[in-house]
Amino acid sequence: MEIEDHFFRNEFGRIVATLTRLFGVNNIQLAEDVTQDALCRAMETWKLRGLPKNPSAWLMTTAKNRALDILRRERRAFLSEAELARFLESEWTLAPTVEEAFSAHAVTDSQLRMMFSCCHPRLSEDAQIALILQILCGFSVGEIAQAFVSSPAAIEKRITRAKKILAGSQKLFHLADADLPARLASVLQALYLLFNEGYHGSSPDAAVRTDVCQEAMLLMKLLIEQPALANPQSYALAALMHLNAARLPTRLDGSDNLVSFSEQDRSLWNRDLIAKGQALLDLSASGTELTKYHIEAAIASMHTDAAQIEDIDWKQIVWLYDLLMGIHPSPVVALNRAIAIAQLDGPERGLQEVSVIHDLDRLSSYPFYPATLGELELRRGNYPVAKAHFCTALSLARNTMERNFLQRRVDACEGNQSMVNL
Amino acid sequence: MVYHIDINESNMTEFGYFYRGYEFSASPEEMQKKTAKWMNWLKDLSDKGHLKSFGEPLQPTGKVVKGEKKQVIDGPFAEAKDVVGGFSIIVARDIDQAVELSLGCPIFEDGGSIEVRPIAQMELNDGD
Repeated sequence: MEIEDHFFRNEFGRIVATLTRLFGVNNIQLAEDVTQDALCRAMETWKLRGLPKNPSAWLMTTAKNRALDILRRERRAFLSEAELARFLESEWTLAPTVEEAFSAHAVTDSQLRMMFSCCHPRLSEDAQIALILQILCGFSVGEIAQAFVSSPAAIEKRITRAKKILAGSQKLFHLADADLPARLASVLQALYLLFNEGYHGSSPDAAVRTDVCQEAMLLMKLLIEQPALANPQSYALAALMHLNAARLPTRLDGSDNLVSFSEQDRSLWNRDLIAKGQALLDLSASGTELTKYHIEAAIASMHTDAAQIEDIDWKQIVWLYDLLMGIHPSPVVALNRAIAIAQLDGPERGLQEVSVIHDLDRLSSYPFYPATLGELELRRGNYPVAKAHFCTALSLARNTMERNFLQRRVDACEGNQSMVNL
Repeated sequence: MVYHIDINESNMTEFGYFYRGYEFSASPEEMQKKTAKWMNWLKDLSDKGHLKSFGEPLQPTGKVVKGEKKQVIDGPFAEAKDVVGGFSIIVARDIDQAVELSLGCPIFEDGGSIEVRPIAQMELNDGD
């Protein structure tokens, strides 16, 4: 029998959330230590004896027994703090309370509450995502640093500071709290950024990025399975993740960049994810609020709907980008809009649109800004200019994948140039 | 555990593998990979008919009872690098083969060691 992919990592998140509910948010470190200990014990035992019949139950029981020991031994330390203090006062109530906290339903509830706690309004978005990855997804500091292309020391510092702020509130966020709508919006934004970190991120390691996307989708799934949290925005974001994840194989090949639609191999797209994404998009079409998740998911579906590149409805896509600029303007959105316009009305119109983007300087280190200019010039047959743009883009490339892709574009310009010279 | 030994049993000797000094602090994902590596290594030994018993893992805690006064001391009993973390029993032609079979163990990636010891037998074959 084999262990399911990412089993240890996923169980880590479930156990830490459960223990934090018992020990209090201010004892999150203790919860993590006990969880790590349970995983170590599993590794040491299973590596020689093989897997137990139910590995998840084995781990949960190990953690539960340890939690009982700690709560019995240091009851006083928890009485004033933990949410469950009054249940912990006597042995009579202690065991059933701990038992209940480890029931399947309660574990899911704790995971969700932990997710909402990690999106504390006093934390920056970067800190929220780092916390989610560490506490809920079981990433080590080193693994988070790898995903963010940052140093472990910087991530460590970010997480330590964030945990201090979390510890200010002793209880996990309660899903019945009056703050729920605002906090849900923060949670969605954090999961959106987490997914994008994997999808558009700069980590050179394809496996790392796929993992990050998958983790965001797992948490998203947890969320939309709760009737109280499954609103149109949640469905729209889940749809966006599915439709983009379906195209992840071509993206990781470096060819799913906006500047090279024509090179995409559509046969590699995951049909199952596209179908799920479409169903989620249908579910999102209720209520009155149109969010960026709705529009981005609609744009993604325009691509996945088209059987071939010629079938893409660029007019509709430009219209959607106009909408998106209306509610969420940014230079990157404007750049994507300009690319859509170029597809619809030709490269000259596209270049014109690029030239009027506000805050262009915010794109100065973004390799796909000069790459877009290069692509549009290439289509005009302006090879030397195109090549110069691609060379600039190449100098900004953030990883090997981008470098290889941009090098191929530089080569394409040179190929065309020599043909002209002949 | 079920095991099978296809090689002529009379020519085989049993050996204990004692796993020592396994120190490994890791992320959950790394722990999972490490667990899978060990399981694969032992499965391979088993498939080739060399594993008599997967053996037993030992917890790092415990007590030592010693001397005429039967003094009881809390573990750990040795430096972390010397603590026995578990054992398996394998069968091999001779000590050289037993050593060779140990070389694929993931323990070496983490600074650990394996003590390979022939198991003393009550019934001796001619020539032993």
